[in-house]
Amino acid sequence: MLHNALQRLLQSILVLLGCALMIFIMLRIIPGNPIAVLMGEHADTAVIERMTAELGLDQPVLIQFFRYIGGALRGDFGTSYSLGKPVSALIASAFVNTLILALMAALFAWVLGVISGIIAAVKKNSILDHLFMGASLLGVSMPVFMTAMLLQYFLSFRLKWFPIAGTDSLAGFLLPAVALGWNSAGSVARLVRSTLLEILEEDYIDTARAKGRGQLGVLVLHALRNAMLPVITMMAIQLSGLLSGAVITETIFAINGIGRLAVQAISARDIPLLQGTVLFSAAIVIIGNFIADSLYNVLDPRIRRRG
Amino acid sequence: MSGKTLEIRHLNTSFFTQKGEVGAAKDICLEVRPGQIVGIVGESGCGKSVTARSVMGLVKYPGRVVSGEILLNGTRITGISKKEACSLRGSEVSMIFQEPMTSLNPVIKVGRQVEEVLLIHKKITKKEAKKEAAKILEAVGISDVASRMECYPHQLSGGLRQRVMIAMAMICSPSLLIADEPTTALDVTVEAQILRLMKKLCEAGTSILLISHNLGVIAQVCDYVYVMYAGRIVEQGETFTLFDHPAHPYTRGLLGAAKSLRSDAGLLKTIPGVVPNLLHLPAGCSFSPRCDSCMDLCRSEMPDMLPAGEKGHLTRCWRS
Amino acid sequence: MFQSRAQKFARRYEKPNPDSRDRSEELKREIGEEETFFSLMRRMAHENKLAVFSAIVILLFILGAVFAPFLTRYSYHDMDLLNRLSAPSAEHLFGTDEAGRDIFTRLLYGSRVSLLTGVVPTILSMLGGAVLGVISGYHGGWADALIMRLADIMLAFPSMLLAMVIMYMLGGGLINVFLTLALVNWASVARIVRSEVLALKETEYVEAARVIGVPERTIMFRHLLPNCLPTMIVLFTLNVPSAILTESSLSFLGLGIQEPRSSWGLMVNAGRQFLYNAPWLSLVPSIAIMLIVLAFNFLGDGLRDVLDPYQKR
Repeated sequence: MLHNALQRLLQSILVLLGCALMIFIMLRIIPGNPIAVLMGEHADTAVIERMTAELGLDQPVLIQFFRYIGGALRGDFGTSYSLGKPVSALIASAFVNTLILALMAALFAWVLGVISGIIAAVKKNSILDHLFMGASLLGVSMPVFMTAMLLQYFLSFRLKWFPIAGTDSLAGFLLPAVALGWNSAGSVARLVRSTLLEILEEDYIDTARAKGRGQLGVLVLHALRNAMLPVITMMAIQLSGLLSGAVITETIFAINGIGRLAVQAISARDIPLLQGTVLFSAAIVIIGNFIADSLYNVLDPRIRRRG
Repeated sequence: MSGKTLEIRHLNTSFFTQKGEVGAAKDICLEVRPGQIVGIVGESGCGKSVTARSVMGLVKYPGRVVSGEILLNGTRITGISKKEACSLRGSEVSMIFQEPMTSLNPVIKVGRQVEEVLLIHKKITKKEAKKEAAKILEAVGISDVASRMECYPHQLSGGLRQRVMIAMAMICSPSLLIADEPTTALDVTVEAQILRLMKKLCEAGTSILLISHNLGVIAQVCDYVYVMYAGRIVEQGETFTLFDHPAHPYTRGLLGAAKSLRSDAGLLKTIPGVVPNLLHLPAGCSFSPRCDSCMDLCRSEMPDMLPAGEKGHLTRCWRS
Repeated sequence: MFQSRAQKFARRYEKPNPDSRDRSEELKREIGEEETFFSLMRRMAHENKLAVFSAIVILLFILGAVFAPFLTRYSYHDMDLLNRLSAPSAEHLFGTDEAGRDIFTRLLYGSRVSLLTGVVPTILSMLGGAVLGVISGYHGGWADALIMRLADIMLAFPSMLLAMVIMYMLGGGLINVFLTLALVNWASVARIVRSEVLALKETEYVEAARVIGVPERTIMFRHLLPNCLPTMIVLFTLNVPSAILTESSLSFLGLGIQEPRSSWGLMVNAGRQFLYNAPWLSLVPSIAIMLIVLAFNFLGDGLRDVLDPYQKR
């Protein structure tokens, strides 16, 4: 089992390195010298050349890459062109906001999604089932910016229940989190429902009934634990989705998070900052996947012993 | 002891599909007496499992018991509340299923799954339940019980798993055990062991309703047999009578097919035709299209259960 | 129609002792009765009215995009500065924007871009993903390792951020949006097709094809790929809306389609600054996006129910 975990860890690190290389190459094939672009047309050629050499941009891409990785291992992701601060510091302060946002969104999505999914499965084909599944399809189909703007318009602007933007208080996170989680809540509900329905058809559910377990006992003690296995895998997938959605939500609600930082980096043509934010997001997804895999291994004895 | 452990009177169980009501078990009358092993035999889809599930109250959606009565030790169990039904299941009547591979919960240790039955029905501590579970697991012939209880189902062989299922079913010493194809998924040597175990249980006082499509299994252990075809009982009688003097052409066909399987000479004998679609049964006797001694009467009217020779031997055939 | 088929059956049984040829025919019908694609679609139409309705909605959107010039008397860039930000009325069905342009008209023209970005990149990514997935699953070895590690890397990036970087690399514009979405989405297709192929590879008919010496390429693309088709169809109906959503998000951020071309996402973005005095500017295109995505999702659900490619696993 430990061997298994080590193997997965190694694989995760390799994928992360691959991500770094890919993003590095993508941002280096853009024609033109980024420094020249940055400084505008009227910049002195000598200054541009000096800056280029100083930042090591005249070296071959592979050398630059290894330098970057070397720096990254020491916690140095370069300096932002546009903001003049170390990328690591910028990410660190933005990460707190994204983390709060994502956690609240996930909490909202999971509580809502799991509960409505269970109810829909147990009361299959009832009005409640149709209602929940309709709502969840609506949730899956609504673009994040639509949810966000609707919430902003009605709850903040019209009813003045929440601040329109900004994160001065935790309440400021509430609407963005709901907007962001709404999407995931839909897909969680649908997955929980379909897995649970599948599992309720399994033979061991009959066995549990034959033992004299009531409806609730069968559901909680026998079905849910098995149903949670695919749902955990989904959790990891949703992490990536949440980070994607965060780009939009953070922009709309003016939250200084990773996503907004990435958007700023693009509009400022700030390559080190863009590289840092995207790579950091990929790292979070990879770590999330690793945790989900490990959790799966702990919860499913069939896999646990096989490895 | 007198009376009947199980009595089914005119049971009708139907599935309500989009294409209409499908009668899976029709007008079933059946008895199991104390200390008896009673068999139900028939092809797949003939309604034997549905009959068993009706007794347990576990008919799968969209099926349900439409009419008829089921009595357990003289008490009506049709139409009782869900809670009462739960308290009977596992303690008074229990069931083991065909697939020992999938009938145990894959993420719970087998020991706990056995203890669970006790914890549902009896007010005892976990520790006592564990002790009891170990005792019953040993009684069904599992060696090295302590370590096996800590195993997950996928770590046990099919035979062991079925023993665990039996232990689970027997731990509250129910008066009736329903076994739905308990040996179908097992190989022959394990099958023999499991059948022997069931005979022993029966001698210890539990009545058994054994469902199988395998005539050999039925012949080995049953005292009394019901033959089902297309949702109805078509013949019933003491095992020896029925096997020696089958009265219904379907039973004769089954026995003929089984016999030709054992002798190595000649072609495999089969019953011509296929099992009819339950949604659109032929008029008259359901077996008439496949029957080699079919008369005009057979195509227009379904016979009742008629006496066929010896006492207690009944058959649903006009020619008896 | 099913009733009648079943009744035919019932009538057959009434005939006593069918001769052997009759019986074999009977058995073939009973057991091997295979559903054609057409009858599957009919079954879906029968069981899932919502899927049919969705298909009609999608068709309407397509017709609206194709016949846009005939459906409106305004042109797509005509400004009417006296009628800026006017609310929906009989004159302007969905109102006008900040330059007095008719929103209904812009919506129709914008749907051309939005529908194209739904379909074109999805076809590209599915073709690429399917080919790579089949090679990966059937060939195994180094090709499998290479393709799957590459897919791992692609899937590790949050799709929005990856799309942003690729758009940054390629620059804005319609063709680049197509390329970006295709590059972002091929990996998940490849993974699904690969797992399908791994399962199919063990089946007897592939084994048999190999035994009689059918060339590898023929096995891959004539035997394996067509059998992935049901999965691919469902995947297609689910990937189209996700592509539409990603495009609209990119355009919303100003990284996708560029003016003067218009897409729904861009319209939402443009209307954002007037959210509080003219909310319909953003709301109308948002609802359009939601409707088309919803329709594709319903259709995908309906298709999945009848094709059920996931049940095989």
